[in-house]
Amino acid sequence: MTPLALIGWAVLAVVAIVLLLAPQIFTAYDLSQILTQALWLGIAAASLTFLYRYGGMVSLAQVAIYGIAGFAMGNVVHTINSEGGLNLGWTPWAGVAFGIAVAVIIAFLFGAIASRSYGIYFLMITLALSLLVFYFFGQVTTLSGFGGIRSVSRPGFIGDPITDPTPLYYICLGASVVVYALLRYVVRTPFGIALQGIRDDPPRMRSLGYNVPLHRTLAFTLGAFVASIAGILSVWFNTQISPGSIDISQTIAVLIIAVIGGLSRLEGAWIGAIFYTLLDYEARQHTPTLGLWLNPGRFATIIGLVFLVIVLLSPDGLIGIGHKLHMLGARRRLRPPTDASATAQSEQGLPETAGVSTASGSSSAGQGS
Amino acid sequence: MSVAVRQWPRGLLVAVCTAVVVWLTIKAFQGGLTFLQVTFNGLTVAGLYFIAAAGFTLIFGLMRVVNMAHGSLYLFAGYIAFVAQTHWYAGGTSQFQLGASSTISVTGWIVPLLFATVVIGLFGLAIQQGLLRWNLGQDLRQALITIAVSVIIADQLVAHYGGVVQSIQAPTSWPGSITIGSFRYPFFRIVVVLGAAIAVGVLLYLLIRRTRFGMIIRAGVDDRPMLSALGVNVQLVFAGAFLLGAMLAGFAGVLGGTMISVGPGLDTQFLLDSLIVVIIGGMGSLPGAAIGAALLGLVQSYSDIYLHFGSTDLTPYGILAQFILVIAVLAFRPLGLFGRPA
Repeated sequence: MTPLALIGWAVLAVVAIVLLLAPQIFTAYDLSQILTQALWLGIAAASLTFLYRYGGMVSLAQVAIYGIAGFAMGNVVHTINSEGGLNLGWTPWAGVAFGIAVAVIIAFLFGAIASRSYGIYFLMITLALSLLVFYFFGQVTTLSGFGGIRSVSRPGFIGDPITDPTPLYYICLGASVVVYALLRYVVRTPFGIALQGIRDDPPRMRSLGYNVPLHRTLAFTLGAFVASIAGILSVWFNTQISPGSIDISQTIAVLIIAVIGGLSRLEGAWIGAIFYTLLDYEARQHTPTLGLWLNPGRFATIIGLVFLVIVLLSPDGLIGIGHKLHMLGARRRLRPPTDASATAQSEQGLPETAGVSTASGSSSAGQGS
Repeated sequence: MSVAVRQWPRGLLVAVCTAVVVWLTIKAFQGGLTFLQVTFNGLTVAGLYFIAAAGFTLIFGLMRVVNMAHGSLYLFAGYIAFVAQTHWYAGGTSQFQLGASSTISVTGWIVPLLFATVVIGLFGLAIQQGLLRWNLGQDLRQALITIAVSVIIADQLVAHYGGVVQSIQAPTSWPGSITIGSFRYPFFRIVVVLGAAIAVGVLLYLLIRRTRFGMIIRAGVDDRPMLSALGVNVQLVFAGAFLLGAMLAGFAGVLGGTMISVGPGLDTQFLLDSLIVVIIGGMGSLPGAAIGAALLGLVQSYSDIYLHFGSTDLTPYGILAQFILVIAVLAFRPLGLFGRPA
């Protein structure tokens, strides 16, 4: 084992121990508002990172999909003071299953529509669908309305996340580990390999006999499954859901988290989420006041500026910055470029999603019937 | 798959379209004036969408830049015109205090309109020169940059102008409505907005089809490197197109601010409307933007009014009609009605 790999394992071990013992180490507020929130935001961002890294799709519909899961669950379970929603009085776990199922089915439809578009077109279509979902829940008062659904009941053992955030923290941690393992497993299956082939060269994969839109649709649906887990957790965390929780700023927040973390690695999603929640927390306390332009209430301006700087300087996000520093060090030591660094370099920058040039092929296939 | 099975979605589409047309025809016969009113509501809103989306699609067609800050430019222009009008013509002292003078002359509306349009054009140009020029051809990265800009603008607008919904005053000398036979309709919507939309459409068509600048733009859409190799200063053309696109957003913002209102959330609304218009019309196509805007405006307007079936009121679900519109178009034309491959 090289010294570098040893350091890597040591860091991983420390992180694992800190995460496991977090309820003993951190205050209840930090545990809840920073760690727990970062974990479920990380799951949402991981679904986006997965779609981009392995499917070449930048989806802005992930927040809308987790909103659909949250609203579906919120409508069927018991709401404590029957505030908003249908309040059908199902048990919380039946609500979870229903919420995820509804979100996955609707996402399959979205995926089937969007999967024949590539690159920037895919981004625009998913953003439009996402905003339509937001306005839908705002307008349909029987299902939500702008007030949303308040005091959604949770499974008993979670208790009250405000007085004791520990159980929800461990649930979010466990869900994160499961999601991470699931996605890492899927990308090694034949399906995952084919998906990466489609990301790199759709016409070639089509001529090899793969059903390109179907693979992209299924990948999108898997991403939606992951996102809907984040949606369930977000409702438990906030104890409520309203259209405000899935508006465009939340859509952009999840995108920012994925980009800050670096779109090239799944674990970047959680790193980006920790960075985001910490920045949120610190900015609300320490932002200097510059008239109306900048004050502690202007978190969106600050995160927008941070996002702008990161996109301009390092498209690979924080991981990219770390990698660049590492490469700099490696170059100083005059090491010949290894295979790993060569592939990493080719991954640098947001690779142009291969699709735009091939969109003609897919459209002619679409019109061929 | 047999031909019959492959054809069934097309049959479904034809069936749905026929049902909608029959339904609207029945409604038209039941209440002629209301139907006319609803139709004009849809068309005037469509005019507004067209002006905004024309700028969006122009920028996209030439530069492959999806300007996610387009809605923010729209709203920003509305606020600039509102503040300019309040300060210069309505005698207001602070930004939200309307002055003693409640009459607005025609110049009192035109000057803020031109001022806001030019300022937003220059602002868009600054975004393009300062942030986008260095990332030419990286369309995803450019989209992320404009998203970051839109986040900052939206937050700053809330910081400076608060959450109160305002509206720009049309000149008081203009009539409130016009009457044709027994049909009354707001003057501003039908004459000013619809007229402006038609004028913008004709001028853009002439610009793109009849002038040297338009010729260069069309060539740039097809083959940018070749255009550059022929000695055209492509950067200058891009700057011009972005200026024009941003000005159209600003122009639409002032018209919309007078016709509807100026307030938080409208930036998202108009970004969505512009997106839908160019998605269904075909990105980069001017006729597509016109058709897309008309379809979206009419679908919104009809679904707001006519989704009553007996005693069941489905109008809150009207937004599903927009879903269906987007999905139906994309299912058959993934690049939109007038879209063509890059």
